[in-house]
Amino acid sequence: MRFFKNINQSRRTFLLTSATASALFSFVKIAKATSMKAPKTHVMNTSEVAMTVNGQKQNLTLDTRTTLLDALREHLHLTGTKKGCDHGQCGACTVLVNGRRVNSCLSLALQHQGDEIQTIEGLGTPDNMHPMQTAFVKHDGYQCGYCTPGQICSAVATLKEIDEGIPSHVTPDLNGKPQLTNMELRERMSGNICRCGAYSNIAEAITEVAGGKS
Amino acid sequence: MRPFTFARANNTDEAVQSIQTSKRAKFIAGATNLLDLMKLEIEKPDHLVDISHLPLKTIEDTEEGGLRIGALVTNTDLAAHPRIRRDYEVLSRALLAGASGQLRNKATTGGNFLQRTRCPYFYDTNQACNKRDPGSGCGALQGFSRNLAVVGVSKSCIAQHPSDMAVAMRVLDAKLETIDSEGKRRVMGVEELYTLPGDTPHIETILKPNELITSVLLPKPVGGKHIYQKVRDRASYAFALISIAAIIQPDGTGRIAMGGIAPQPWRKNEADALLTKGAKAVVDKLMENAQPTEQNKFKINLAERTLEAVIRESRG
Ligand SMILES: Cc1cc2nc3c(=O)[nH]c(=O)nc-3n(C[C@H](O)[C@H](O)[C@H](O)COP(=O)(O)OP(=O)(O)OC[C@H]3O[C@@H](n4cnc5c(N)ncnc54)[C@H](O)[C@@H]3O)c2cc1C
Ligand code: SF4
Ligand code: FES
Ligand code: FES
Repeated sequence: MRFFKNINQSRRTFLLTSATASALFSFVKIAKATSMKAPKTHVMNTSEVAMTVNGQKQNLTLDTRTTLLDALREHLHLTGTKKGCDHGQCGACTVLVNGRRVNSCLSLALQHQGDEIQTIEGLGTPDNMHPMQTAFVKHDGYQCGYCTPGQICSAVATLKEIDEGIPSHVTPDLNGKPQLTNMELRERMSGNICRCGAYSNIAEAITEVAGGKS
Repeated sequence: MRPFTFARANNTDEAVQSIQTSKRAKFIAGATNLLDLMKLEIEKPDHLVDISHLPLKTIEDTEEGGLRIGALVTNTDLAAHPRIRRDYEVLSRALLAGASGQLRNKATTGGNFLQRTRCPYFYDTNQACNKRDPGSGCGALQGFSRNLAVVGVSKSCIAQHPSDMAVAMRVLDAKLETIDSEGKRRVMGVEELYTLPGDTPHIETILKPNELITSVLLPKPVGGKHIYQKVRDRASYAFALISIAAIIQPDGTGRIAMGGIAPQPWRKNEADALLTKGAKAVVDKLMENAQPTEQNKFKINLAERTLEAVIRESRG
């Protein structure tokens, strides 16, 4: 608790000091501000990028700062892909880029020139669901559903990664073929956080699609 | 995020030319660390050179029997490469212990070396941090330092280097190949790459701003039992409290590097030489002049116990 106290105290002192300082020096600050160049934050740089999204060619002109996630949601209105943390920590934004799963929040859209992107909308539709989507429904692999598009994209890619022989942290023999065990699934899906804790049902859904090998 | 201009480089030449656009220009590869820090305005480049399309994505045999790994090879591809799995298992294991499947698919070999610390005060722009804002003080010294470094630290900064991959690279005696805007190439060991914080913790490596990592060289395999042991607060998707990369030969000699305890992967030849004497001797040597805080002194004990487990495993 000592640490909390210290931090609070120093923060209060800091606030007081800075309040006094700004009261005293506001005149100086204004004088300075007028001589300053226009703040750079008003500049917007745009650039073009062409990518394929769910099989459709897209040519976009974007603010250079646009993430792949924001390009999908805000520009292409593909809102199935979710923004959870926006910092690579939750997996809600998982999409497939050239067949590999990535966090679309930690990628600049402009870096995807020529790439093939697949989102949850591209995996299946309500009338024509992907087997992984069907299995999630059947096994109740969600509660609120917010993490679900990311979970499903990640799950599809996970099975492909196992199939391609890509090892994981829990693969006992790096030179053998990874098996689809419950341990493997849990480790490989650890980049997708579910706030509702639907994990066991998610694992069941994935296992069913994989052919019940676990 | 601050505005920036953006250029896509098709080859290394274009990359090292474009980086000269501005003093605050930066390369961007997998983007998993730089973009994160840009969103928080901890990194504020005004020009980005996208190197993710550079043709540096292959892993090739060298004449010496080692490997040359392109700087843009992803962490997934590196961990899964048949020769890495067979001859440099400690590297596969370290990579697979890091981040998540999604992140490893994007993170690159070059970018992984240069990822920045996970010190919580570095990330919180309301807090004092000499690394982010030189001269502002260090919030961690009197604050939450459980995750931070115990050795190689200074009064200015006790941040740890968070990479798992770099710890394995250090134990393998890997070298980095670079090229700068003048076309000058150089080769440096991992031990040369990183600088200690001293009173300039904002300087972390010897790389110049216009210097591009092109590849990483692994010397020919040294055999032995390869182990990467990572201790963390949850079983997956978490940074190391401490980690050990070890290559131990049948006679008990070998080498070890530690992660999570220092501002860089931590290895000492004198400590390697003590391996046959047991974990305590090695850790005492590695922890010489350690300056732990009340909150992270447990790492010294933990290091010894983890090394004991590693040595036991190497015999089993
Ligand atoms: C949620 C989360 C969890 C994570 N967990 C772990 C973990 O457990 N263990 C671990 O080790 N890591 C972990 N990471 C970090 C991850 O490994 C790094 O972010 C990644 O390796 C950085 O590589 P990148 O290619 O994305 O780099 P970028 O973000 O593109 O770049 C990082 C830096 O390197 C520079 N750079 C990149 N390539 C070059 C080059 N070729 N030449 C010169 N400069 C270059 C850039 O200018 C930038 O300064 C985690 C990250 C996140 C977001
Ligand atoms: S330990 Fe280093 S990175 Fe962390 S607050 Fe102190 S100066 Fe900043
Ligand atoms: S929104 Fe991308 S990982 Fe959380
Ligand atoms: S179903 Fe609610 S977060 Fe996963």
